Order: sequence, then C-alpha cells, then structure tokens
Amino acid sequence: MKVRVLVRPKSGILDPQGEAVRRALPALGFSGVKTVHIGRLVEMEVESADKVEGMCRRLLANPTVEEYEWEVIS
Amino acid sequence: MGGDLLVRIGVTVFPGSNCDRDALYAVERAGATPVELWHADADLKGVDAVVVPGGFSYGDYLRPGAIARFAKVMGPLEDFARSGGPVLGVCNGFQVLLEAHLLPGALLRNASMRFVSRRVRARVEANDTPWTSLYERGEELTLPVAHNEGSYFADERTLRGLEEEGRVVLRYVENPNGSVNDIAGICDEGRSVVGLMPHPERVSDPALGSEAGLKVFESVLRFAGAKV
Repeated sequence: MKVRVLVRPKSGILDPQGEAVRRALPALGFSGVKTVHIGRLVEMEVESADKVEGMCRRLLANPTVEEYEWEVIS
Repeated sequence: MGGDLLVRIGVTVFPGSNCDRDALYAVERAGATPVELWHADADLKGVDAVVVPGGFSYGDYLRPGAIARFAKVMGPLEDFARSGGPVLGVCNGFQVLLEAHLLPGALLRNASMRFVSRRVRARVEANDTPWTSLYERGEELTLPVAHNEGSYFADERTLRGLEEEGRVVLRYVENPNGSVNDIAGICDEGRSVVGLMPHPERVSDPALGSEAGLKVFESVLRFAGAKV
C-alpha cells in the first residue's frame, strides 16, 4: 500500500523558508498571501501501515519542532 | 606532561563529515592521542572522550543529523554519553547529538535563510564542563561559524531549565542565525555532553589565525588526564 506523510513546522516555530516565499510572491504579482508554511511530503510503499506512526515519530519528523499527519492513499 | 598521550580522544567520521581532520589535528595539538572512529565501528576503541565533528553527514538528507543518529557507532556513543563520558558535538555534530536526544531542542534554518560563514564573537557562560574548564566565565571568544541550520530552538520550559541550571555554555555576542536567547552552545544535565555551533577546531593553531578554540581540547585533556 501507499502511504503519504506530511511533515510541517509546528505553529509558532520560526519558518524562514515559508516567510521568504511569502515575501517573494508579491514580487511576481501574487498579492494577498497572508502566510506561507513549507513542510515536507514523504510518500512510501509499505507492506502494512502498522509501523508508520513509529516511523514518523522516530525519523520522518522531529517532534520537537515539527508536526506530522499521514494517510493511506492506495 | 608525558602522561597526556595516554589520553585518547576519538573523532567520529560519517560519510559527509568534513571537519574530522581538523578535529583530529586539534586533539593532537592539545597533546592527546587522536583516534578516528568510523561510523560503522561497533565500539569506541577505549577512548576517554569523543568529538562529533562538523560537516554534512549523510548529505544532511531529511534533516541535518537525522540519519547519522542511526549509525552503528552511535549506539556505544550514546551509552558512553549517558554514563557521563565527555562528548562534544560541533556544528553538524551538535545537530547529531540533538537528533539522538543527548541534548534538548533543535537547530532550525537560519533566520536569514542564508548559509553563514564568518567569525562571530561569543561569550563563555559556563566553564564547569569538561570542554570549557580552562576558559574564564564571561570570557569573549572570536570563533568561526559555518552553517545553514544553526538557529537554536527549544520550547519555553526546556529553555527556562537550560537558563536556570546554567546549561547555556556559549552565547553569541552577535547572533548570526536567530538562535533563541542568543544560544551558541549548551550542555546536558550531567554537563559532560556539550554541543556548540561555532567551530573551536578551526581556531586551534596560530597558523589558522587564532588558537582561541584550542582550550576546548586542552580542557577535556585535563579532565580525562586526571582520570588516566
């Protein structure tokens, strides 16, 4: 099965990457963007979804500064 | 002190480490015997202290330090650290120690979004660690930094604990990366595990323009030498 994991900075954590993109968008004429947060997308093919939670907690995300969610996509 | 050569200080080498040679050199210049510890080694070869050097271990894939943390040598290194052995992580090595939960918090992308590579002034805030004992408390040093993810972050409770327990070891006088409370280095509860963002090994010889960092290695040599 395929699993999709989404990792993003916790709210309140400085996200300079998102901030840089937010500032760059108006330069291209895209106005009205209030916030941008940039995370990481991990897609995996796994035999079972049993261990995905552990994978997220122990490696794919750093729970100190990131939050994650995951779903089975097929 | 002829006995000092009996002190063996290990330097871990991961694929992508690039300050390992400098660290080995600084150890030797301080007067100890440098020992290379390969990432696939199953033991620490009986060393008295370990330096986890800077670089881009495993290409910084996923997050800096995230993959190195699972290298074979990290098992014995974590045991060594948890039993009070002196461990120093520099730059990427600091990131590795954070990922391994030997130190609290995390290092985020620099606030400027730029890689910073320059010398900065920093103040020694704690000299009661094996790695800083030869410095004066409050002493200002000029040290090189070279990193993209050097902005130290910890939640409020952790931060309060670090400050109250005097575990901020080094503090920027001029903050180059947005670190909370200008933190440049911290230690663990036992004070023997230290992580620093600046590179003391790069200023360990007058030929490099300064030897402001040499006392880091001399400090641990004295600490370990007292035990050998």
